[in-house]
Amino acid sequence: MSEAAQGKQPTITPLRVVIALCLVAPFVAMLWVSSYAKVEPLFAGIPFFYWYQMLWVLVSTLLTMVAYKLWQRDQRARKGGDAR
Amino acid sequence: MKDGVNGVALAVFIFFFLAVTVMGFLASRWRRAENEHSLDEWGLGGRSFGTWVTWFLLGGDLYTAYTFVAVPAAIYAAGAAGFFAVPYTILVYPLIFTFLPRLWSVSHKHGYVTTSDFVRGRFGSKGLSLAVALTGILATMPYIALQLVGIQAVLDVMGVGGGENTHWFVKDLPLLIAFGVLAAYTYSSGLRAPALIAFVKDTLIYVVIAVAIIYIPIKLGGFDEIFSKAGEAFAQTNPATDKPRGALVPGEAGQWTYATLALGSALALFMYPHSITATLSSRSREVIRRNTTILPLYSLMLGLLALLGFMAIAAGIQVKNGQLAIPQLFETMFPDWFAGVAFAAIGIGALVPAAIMSIAAANLFTRNIYKDFIRKDATPAQETKVSKIVSLLVKVGALAFVLTMDKTVAINFQLLGGIWILQTFPALVGGLFTRWFHRWALLAGWAVGMVYGTVAAYGVASPTQKHFGGSSAEIPGIGEIGYIGLTAFVLNVLVTVVLTFVLKAVKAPEGVDETSPSDYTADAGDPGVQVEMEKATAPTH
Repeated sequence: MSEAAQGKQPTITPLRVVIALCLVAPFVAMLWVSSYAKVEPLFAGIPFFYWYQMLWVLVSTLLTMVAYKLWQRDQRARKGGDAR
Repeated sequence: MKDGVNGVALAVFIFFFLAVTVMGFLASRWRRAENEHSLDEWGLGGRSFGTWVTWFLLGGDLYTAYTFVAVPAAIYAAGAAGFFAVPYTILVYPLIFTFLPRLWSVSHKHGYVTTSDFVRGRFGSKGLSLAVALTGILATMPYIALQLVGIQAVLDVMGVGGGENTHWFVKDLPLLIAFGVLAAYTYSSGLRAPALIAFVKDTLIYVVIAVAIIYIPIKLGGFDEIFSKAGEAFAQTNPATDKPRGALVPGEAGQWTYATLALGSALALFMYPHSITATLSSRSREVIRRNTTILPLYSLMLGLLALLGFMAIAAGIQVKNGQLAIPQLFETMFPDWFAGVAFAAIGIGALVPAAIMSIAAANLFTRNIYKDFIRKDATPAQETKVSKIVSLLVKVGALAFVLTMDKTVAINFQLLGGIWILQTFPALVGGLFTRWFHRWALLAGWAVGMVYGTVAAYGVASPTQKHFGGSSAEIPGIGEIGYIGLTAFVLNVLVTVVLTFVLKAVKAPEGVDETSPSDYTADAGDPGVQVEMEKATAPTH
């Protein structure tokens, strides 16, 4: 999941584990179809199956944003503050 | 379908069409660089696009007219199964977050224009690079053809094109004009034309979806009403299969299909040449990562759009050809002028991807067939010229395809294209992270995946078709029904891994890797990136 081949220190840090989790979570949620293949509860008349997946569009966006921010922090730390 | 031409809708449609045509031709002056005659300029917009242009370009590129027509059409036909497009696009972004920046960096450093360029540079194998290029071209052609099918659907509903008895030339004239115009400005402006037009396209689409998702449910009595009517319709038995027409949620048996289709399609999307072309046109590595956080807006739109399929059922739309369901819904529900806006959105939605796809296919041909095999000493100006001409040929080919053959042929090929393009994943994404795979093993894996995928898809029958009736079949060894592309991909990887061990054991020549580890993380402005760029793209400034 990480671009570990960054030269000297390709270590697995807690930060990188969190990044990986953020990126893997949507796969677990979306591929586990039986967890959301149901009609109830309805939301504004829309079956669960549909609104739950649309909700995940937002959740996964948020997770990717977190991953992006953390990745930037990781890179800054690695390059000693000069990389954006 | 109403008889005769819908004059108001047609006028609005023509207005927008003319507006984007003017934009398309003016686009060549937009941010023009000094060096017009390099493939970087024509085929990648000078690699200069920032976050928002890239966002519009990628959105305009990936969410095609065909998507707008086909996704709700699938829901209209069978319900839940068609909704896989949403999890599919959700999975795309975390995926590309991990590999696209690496592809951007290495391409920028070495001046790669296509994925095949990268594969050749990484594995030192023209054979593998040719396989990737051919797969890309083959998969893109029917995709372009389907954009035409999208325009045709809109023209049909507007009543343009006449009835069954009209002379074929009169019938196809509007389509010919649309395509002639598209071909002309793509030729003159390159990637800048679709980039500029994408603004109009996406704005129109967002407006139409926002209005549709509020206005139509109000007219139909709310979502409760829509879904209960849809539920009733799906419960009715389809005489052709003796099973219910569809379902509001996928049953036990359909869940594997749903998940494998979502995953397989997500893996395949950024293997398509046109996705990569739009990606490489961005200015920096950060632009891509930032884009993965804002592109999901399109997924939300796609989800809402899919719901239109249910609305078409609730509104009592009856069409023989499912592709017409959504255009017909718009015509029935909206006042004429707004129906025109909606049709323009779909029509322009076809032009943007068709332009990018033809550019991408042309780049592949020029770089990986013409330059590698026909004229090794081609100058950048010659490359650009060849690319321009090929982009025309590709479009003419797609046009001929649509006009002479049945629409289902284009759809079958597009289905196959998705399966095929996924088979380039190990070489491309594998190559971005490791050099462990052996080039011959990758080639063998690709061949196995291609053959298996094609044969398996050929064997799928549906009530209306004996072959290519769908994209899912039983997964050998598991017994569930799954996406053929993904099964072929797993086979592909297995063959690649096993053969890599074998080839390494017998010390088969590995080929020269012209990239170095630091190339994969380089960003614009890093020392060395600019210098090598200029070397690779030849006499600039």
